[in-house]
Amino acid sequence: MKFAVVVFPGSNCDHDAYHAATHVLRQDAELIWHKDTSLKGADAVILPGGFAHGDYLRTGAIARFSPIMQSVKAFAAAGGPLLGICNGFQILLEAGLLPGAMLRNRSLHFRCEHVHVRVEQTDTPFTAAAAPRQILRIPIAHGEGNYYAEPEVIERLERNRQVVFRYVTASGEETDAANPNGSIHNIAGITNDARNVVGLMPHPERACELAVGSADGLVMFQSVLKALTLAPATVSAAVGVLEK
Amino acid sequence: MRARVFVTLKPSVFDPQGTTVTEALHTLGYGAVKDVRQGKYFELDIDARSSDEARRLASEAADKLLAKSVIESYRIEVTA
Repeated sequence: MKFAVVVFPGSNCDHDAYHAATHVLRQDAELIWHKDTSLKGADAVILPGGFAHGDYLRTGAIARFSPIMQSVKAFAAAGGPLLGICNGFQILLEAGLLPGAMLRNRSLHFRCEHVHVRVEQTDTPFTAAAAPRQILRIPIAHGEGNYYAEPEVIERLERNRQVVFRYVTASGEETDAANPNGSIHNIAGITNDARNVVGLMPHPERACELAVGSADGLVMFQSVLKALTLAPATVSAAVGVLEK
Repeated sequence: MRARVFVTLKPSVFDPQGTTVTEALHTLGYGAVKDVRQGKYFELDIDARSSDEARRLASEAADKLLAKSVIESYRIEVTA
């Protein structure tokens, strides 16, 4: 399979995602400049972390106007697996592909450390290979990861099982101390109604090999492979839309 | 025409920066300052024939880009 990793001016985790996809998962991947309009036949798309367009105005606010985003939106609308990591998640929120917004971390500190998240849903293309309620130890690195949405939106996300990851303790308890940024309901990641678009603040692509301290993030990349094997038609349909 | 757009977090949204500024002011002895809400300020130089038109354009700009409606609200002042 093939990943597309979108590169915005200011992206800085694009090569980590590319490395995880190619050198660890042993699949094809292509870095795609934000001014391109084609996703080059990719089966899955990653919006990587970083500071796209310098985070001017708001995190992700300018990136949504990049030419590639029209193709990314069409890919997602057709059911293609789309993952936003950290700044990529913020871009998905600004582009309206996921609901809600990010506030400054409750502590006002830029938090750069390993955290524990619990996989809440395994029926997304990025968690299909994970065990239900599996706990992943993966790093965060952000100043604005304090997820917020209006109460009725949060209620809908919970009711529809759209909260995919939650910050927990190492033993899986959902406590305030385990929440690094003040996110409502300890939310670390969510999915859309159709469950093909996932955004999360932690960085699974930086935790795919034991040499860097944790390989817990690899399961998210393995999940895409599994999901595409189980439902290849959905994705080829998504790619087909873009080829037309 | 010049439009001034003031964007602030909605009252229902916690403003950690504003709270920190409030605490700093208290440390300086300004206990009379009960609360601070931090926001953003934009000056738009607009080619428009009337203040109504300038206000409408500034409002569209705020809705589409300057403010994120989930967390922020805005106020506009138009001057010649």
